[in-house]
Amino acid sequence: MKRIGIDVGGTNTDAVQLDGDTVVHAVKTPTTADVTGGITSALRALIEERPGFPGALPSVGGLGGPAARPPMLTIDAVMIGTTHFTNAVVQRRDLTRVAAIRIGLPASASLPPFVDWPEDLAALVRGEVVMLEGGHEYDGRPIVPFDDKGMREACRRIRSAGITSVAIASVFSPLNAECETRAAAILQEECPGVAVTLSHQLGRIGLLERENAALLNAALIPLARRTARAFSEALRRSGLAAPLYLTQNDGTVALAATAEAFPVYSFASGPTNSMRGAAFLSGLSDAIVIDVGGTTTDVGSLRHGFPREANSVVEVGGVRTLFRMPDVLSLGLGGGSLVADDGQGVGPQSVGYRLVDEGRVFGGRTLTATDVAVAAGLIDLGDRRRVADLPADLVKRALARMHATIEEGVDRMKTDAREEPLIAVGGGCFLVPEHLPGVSEVIHVRHQAVANAVGAAIAQVSGEVDQIFQNLGREVAIAEARRIAEERAVTAGADRATLETVDVEDLPLAYLPGHSLRVRVRVVGDIGQDVSKERPR
Amino acid sequence: MTTLRPVSVEEIESLAIGAWILGTGGGGSPYLALLNMRELYRQGAVVSLMDPMDLADDDLVAVVSNMGAPLVGQERLTDPKTIASAVTMMEEYLGRGFRAIMSLEIGGGNAIQPFMAAALLGRPVVDADCMGRAFPEAQMTSFAIHDLQMYPLVLVDVRDNAVVVARAASWKWMERLSRTACVAVGSIAATCKAPRTGKEVKECAILGSTSKAIRLGQTVQSARRAHRDPIEAIVEAEGGQLLFAGKIADVARRATEGFLRGTARIDGLGEHRGRAFELAFQNEFAVGWLDGAPRVMTPDLICVMDTVSGDAIGTETLRYGQRVSVVALPAPPVLLTPKGLEHVGPRAFGYDLEFQSVFA
Repeated sequence: MKRIGIDVGGTNTDAVQLDGDTVVHAVKTPTTADVTGGITSALRALIEERPGFPGALPSVGGLGGPAARPPMLTIDAVMIGTTHFTNAVVQRRDLTRVAAIRIGLPASASLPPFVDWPEDLAALVRGEVVMLEGGHEYDGRPIVPFDDKGMREACRRIRSAGITSVAIASVFSPLNAECETRAAAILQEECPGVAVTLSHQLGRIGLLERENAALLNAALIPLARRTARAFSEALRRSGLAAPLYLTQNDGTVALAATAEAFPVYSFASGPTNSMRGAAFLSGLSDAIVIDVGGTTTDVGSLRHGFPREANSVVEVGGVRTLFRMPDVLSLGLGGGSLVADDGQGVGPQSVGYRLVDEGRVFGGRTLTATDVAVAAGLIDLGDRRRVADLPADLVKRALARMHATIEEGVDRMKTDAREEPLIAVGGGCFLVPEHLPGVSEVIHVRHQAVANAVGAAIAQVSGEVDQIFQNLGREVAIAEARRIAEERAVTAGADRATLETVDVEDLPLAYLPGHSLRVRVRVVGDIGQDVSKERPR
Repeated sequence: MTTLRPVSVEEIESLAIGAWILGTGGGGSPYLALLNMRELYRQGAVVSLMDPMDLADDDLVAVVSNMGAPLVGQERLTDPKTIASAVTMMEEYLGRGFRAIMSLEIGGGNAIQPFMAAALLGRPVVDADCMGRAFPEAQMTSFAIHDLQMYPLVLVDVRDNAVVVARAASWKWMERLSRTACVAVGSIAATCKAPRTGKEVKECAILGSTSKAIRLGQTVQSARRAHRDPIEAIVEAEGGQLLFAGKIADVARRATEGFLRGTARIDGLGEHRGRAFELAFQNEFAVGWLDGAPRVMTPDLICVMDTVSGDAIGTETLRYGQRVSVVALPAPPVLLTPKGLEHVGPRAFGYDLEFQSVFA
């Protein structure tokens, strides 16, 4: 089983090739503005630099065209993880203004869409907010009839505001999605081509959290489409025929074509990948993990080899959602963070992928965290003479500032007063001090700079079922659902022996005839050795 | 001399945490009520808390609650106007104004409902309730245990439906009539229960429960800040007992007759590995069995909390895989009297068990 894992960060694009459980080769290249170029270079470097490749070339940095020669490499799957979508929310950029359509009046009127969003994010994303009569009761009866006319009026507002992405959330849509699908149909008639996110496709019971997930998803759809297409293009250019997967929040993968409609499912894939990668590389199963990237630093907690999950409610960029996600604290600090005010301020703004052009040690004019680290002798990168003129007290202040940020983040994620090991990974992990309060030791691992890509490469495959079972007892219905989910996971490439149930949920549907039960089951497993035979087309 | 103490928005944040723990799985998450309060405070509202002993004997107090299935409350979000209109409608029905407003149940979102009504109506909130926790039914109150009159009751929904239950033959009848109306409007409604005189509140309510919930919330918050185990902090501060810690292995739920009923199984972790804890609930956790033997039962408070954060977990948000701790907290003494147990003991929930407190 040969897999390539790629992590596209704001600053670097990392790629690793895994043969079974062995990291065969790893490369790190700068992320490019078009995304495609960075992946193409990474893949090319991976293919051409690999041990034993005839006439192995030095690292290729330039924008990639088609690979110089056909790759002599058979790859079973390419898994890409990206922090693009999270970064967009955290940094409040690349977000589209959306229209929020809430169906449920007269209920829920005092808490309109965006009510619990941080004000700055709401100001960027909130386009039109429309609250319409409609929605359902818990037993499937309508609350009041759906306001068809109001929906058409809303469409006119959406059109004249030039909004291209819409989130629709209706009261009790997980039980009865009729109002959401009706509203979507009207929207397609009145505003053809507008992207629609329906809340029932994303979430469960909990109107506000489900609506929040739909709003974030809608705000990210144009970016997701651009990104997924850039990934496919890069693969095509590299001449790899393997199927392309995007990694998801829970450490599993989805085919890219499916994943682009639901960017929120890829939200936390970065931290999940880096933590699973850190566990894989260090052999430790319990530790705090800190992943310092170019733009952000993620702190999480590893328990039994998996990221500790946040119970129930998870905040993304300050927005409450109900996703099953690792409990991660994101800090606006990375190797590309801007250093301002004589070293008093570091981040959250970052030069990101432009670090290799704009960073001082690389000949640019912007003072970054990396420049400070080079000046302090923490790492040797670029040309250190270019930072020789930095005042010593500025360097000291900036380092103190960064260390304080990291210390505070690690402290917040610790839930136990006892000392724990800290695994430092990521391209910017030289910013992590060697001694921190509450930390027994700081552990650095081989391939630490590409832990994310390793985590992507070892991502698991899932199988899911969400359907209504009639006239079966609860136990029988759940067992049947589990069997279907397991078959789907195996068909998708999972090794049957490693399958594990990660989610079981059932909701009785009292309004349907007979004994009706909606059952959702999700199972995950490692990718099996014979994936190439069982993989669906 | 009446002293009214203005309550800060930070205290309402603490109240939300504490009330959710006292909700013993039910009462509905206070989060949405808290969001409403944040909005109201942002608009300039300040609600005052009143010591019940400052009530005159003939003052009239409104007892309010949001009634229904917590699951429904997650979709049909609570609105201050609805609860305020229940109070106003009761005043119209009585032809007399209320001196203050109090909570029916301190557990869950209903701890904050009187604050929502008070903010709109400019009345103080009395530092008391009549459950000391959350319970699913109308006769499960200290007022019912003291045989106070159970009518009239006003029930309103968001659609301008309103019902006055003018008389009821018993607490059970009041429960049946109001529950039927509640189910008819979608298993969620705002209610103003039978009005209470100051004397009745002072003699028959559970006093000081609002400030107790605020303190409980503050205990959790300060444990988190100090990286102390919040579960341990609660057990210490409230004289509770940690009964079990593990991972949710199965949840079965059904929404029937306006309630959320079901069971949850927890597989033990750590020192409880290899053992299983089973919980039964009707909105709130009612009975817990350890390896098949009854371990804890109502009215002892059965609180299920996130093992790490100490956040309470409601019966509607229990999920497979959650790491939880089960803690018992002592019940208010009035619930433990023979009369109290008739109303809120295990038999009142259909379990043929002799009540045995874990604190006995």
